[in-house]
Amino acid sequence: MEEKVKEIIAEQLGLELEEIKLDSRFVEDLGADSLDLVDLVMKLEDEFEVSIDDEKASNLRTVKDALNFIEKLSRAV
Amino acid sequence: MSRIALVTGGTGGIGKAIVNTLVEDGMKVAFTYNSNTEESEEIEGRFGRDQTKAFKCDISNTDEIKKLVDDVSSAFGTVEVLVNNAGISKNRLVLRTSMEDWKRVMEVNLDGAFALTQAILPGMIKKRWGRIIFVSSVAGLMGNVGQASYASSKAALVGLAKTVAREVSSRSITCNVVAPGLINTTMTREIREEYMKRLMEIIPLKRLGTPEEVASLVSYLSGDTASYITGQVLVVDGGLSM
Repeated sequence: MEEKVKEIIAEQLGLELEEIKLDSRFVEDLGADSLDLVDLVMKLEDEFEVSIDDEKASNLRTVKDALNFIEKLSRAV
Repeated sequence: MSRIALVTGGTGGIGKAIVNTLVEDGMKVAFTYNSNTEESEEIEGRFGRDQTKAFKCDISNTDEIKKLVDDVSSAFGTVEVLVNNAGISKNRLVLRTSMEDWKRVMEVNLDGAFALTQAILPGMIKKRWGRIIFVSSVAGLMGNVGQASYASSKAALVGLAKTVAREVSSRSITCNVVAPGLINTTMTREIREEYMKRLMEIIPLKRLGTPEEVASLVSYLSGDTASYITGQVLVVDGGLSM
């Protein structure tokens, strides 16, 4: 799942896969803006068939945050 | 490479002129219609279905909007120019306007435009290019006797357009409003003769506008050269509202 999440992030933000580390911060390190984040969350929702509410989404600061969150949601299903 | 456009309400007076003009600009144009199958086939026939394609869609139905976006995408590709033109009017004085009529007008003119814009935006954001044009009305800017629901829905589009313009400006997507005045279409043919005479007196250019005069502005706004115009309301009304 980690690999898949990283792939999606790389594709959405137009970056190379190697640039995406677990501790990369979306805004500061990967250069994402608010639109990128919304777009990314929507893509992750589609891919993993989960629903991420906006408030929780705004707390996702790093790649690891996103991965943990999706893992938790997927297990709950 | 030709741009891909989607025009709602493509069989109405103004909508049809917009479809024609954008096709002449070299775009591939998908358009929606609600009931006028004959007219939609006529338009498809004129340009060929690889250039323009009709999609039956009730714009107030979110399931149909979702299907529309999928169908247009498989037929032509990602929509780069969206013209929210579909609209209805149910004319009554405020005192006689039923809640039912009010809601129906809002559903089509405002909710439909919102839902479609929302559905189209992700593709434009990804492309980092887009043109969104809302067809409003001077009724929305000036108010008009007997058109509370219509005028309110058209005024609301201005707020929607300006917000969209701000939210997606970083992706080179522009969003503007075209506000026609009295244009010679079936919608204005419903206006009573005596009232129409009075209107002619107060329109500085002393005539109705043509759908083509509205379409040429839409064409300009949807092109590459209009890249520094966003969040604006442009009026095509022969001077009526000045």
